[in-house]
Amino acid sequence: MKPSPFAYHRPHTVEEALSVLAEVSADGKVLAGGQSLVPLLSMRLAAPAHLVDINHIGGLDSIDVGNDVVRIGATVRHAQLEHHDAAARAIPLLRQTVTYIAHPTIRNRGTSLGSIVHADPSGELPAVLALLDGEVEVMSEGGGRRIAAADFFVGPLESALVPGELAVAASFRVPPPGSGSAWMEVARRHGDYALCGVGAVVTVDDDRRVTGARVGLISVGPGPVLVDLADAMAGQDADELAVADAAALVLTRIDAEDDIHASADYRRRLAAVLTERALRAAVRHRPGRAEAA
Amino acid sequence: MSAPAVESVHDITLVVNGVPQQLTVPARRLLSDALRHELRLTGTHVGCEHGVCGACTVLIDGLPARSCLVFAVSVEGSSITTVEGCCESDGSMGRVQRAFQRCHALQCGFCTPGFITTITAYLRENPDPSDGEAREAIAGNLCRCTGYQNIVAAVLSAAQDPTP
Repeated sequence: MKPSPFAYHRPHTVEEALSVLAEVSADGKVLAGGQSLVPLLSMRLAAPAHLVDINHIGGLDSIDVGNDVVRIGATVRHAQLEHHDAAARAIPLLRQTVTYIAHPTIRNRGTSLGSIVHADPSGELPAVLALLDGEVEVMSEGGGRRIAAADFFVGPLESALVPGELAVAASFRVPPPGSGSAWMEVARRHGDYALCGVGAVVTVDDDRRVTGARVGLISVGPGPVLVDLADAMAGQDADELAVADAAALVLTRIDAEDDIHASADYRRRLAAVLTERALRAAVRHRPGRAEAA
Repeated sequence: MSAPAVESVHDITLVVNGVPQQLTVPARRLLSDALRHELRLTGTHVGCEHGVCGACTVLIDGLPARSCLVFAVSVEGSSITTVEGCCESDGSMGRVQRAFQRCHALQCGFCTPGFITTITAYLRENPDPSDGEAREAIAGNLCRCTGYQNIVAAVLSAAQDPTP
């Protein structure tokens, strides 16, 4: 249970980090919070020859709340995002979801962008990035690119990053006015990986008719599963939501598997039930509902 | 197959329980092992060694973290508080430790250091937790003996202890 030897690099600027990453290429791995990486190293499921520690790079730890997006830097910890009031006001789904990530002790150290890059199919934030039409800003010595969430998650634990690249920030798009959101998940024990988790964003117009609805699911596919439910739900009265069709549609999009924690059937059941609950909760929790009612 | 990795060795300084300590560690030395092996602070216990059990929890710059999920070299310059630092200035038991004794919140004691550090930091942020909040505060730490009831009671009891 000890990592194999590696060379340790501690860049103090992004440029320095990119230079090291270019040099070590596929033999290198970026160390941010380490809450997923260090167990992999300790169990020797991964043994990179070089670790590039980005914790000492200044300027990557900011959360910027704009009118259209909330942008987080690469060393923003989950706890920092969880407690950021402006970010929670702009996109309530961020705080709603982050509180489900492991335990506070892990959230103190683990980074939100690291969790996205880790691309665990059970990770909450990949689904949130997908739900909110987010993107990841990536830099390398050759320049930079922005990767949309839809293109970012390639497979289980596999992102679109290539050797030499560093994810420097992620942006989450602020949902349209009249939107409400919710996150729900079921785990064997508090703080464990979810057997299934569902995030929902529902948009309602001034006449209280549903104009848009989407859910993002975790632990039921090779990556986050985004399902647009607008066709199934548009035009519905927000106060008398019918969600059975939406849940049925979700079941056609997921790929639940058996494992030691739950059967595929049980996961499908959770996906349907949590979809229904999350959609209802999202409508209930939309900002301004109290004034509208 | 790439060339075998080179073990890099680093001279670092950590401020542990208020005392600056110079260490020479390989990059792969976990903070838990640096504390136990280099500094002989064996109060920090290593249970699962992959971040699940919470026994190795220490405070890094005041915030609880799993010391088995952190490389010592990565937190160079940080202030670390271990269970040995959760006592009074005269070396007697701190208020969380006293509450554990009062409430019989430990049996074998293996998990206790992780609880003490976690709860010490928690009570700084939330000095007057409810029963539910106390339960939530310790949710990341496993105890196989007590059934947790007395640990929750100890959190609440420590919160009522007027001595800081």
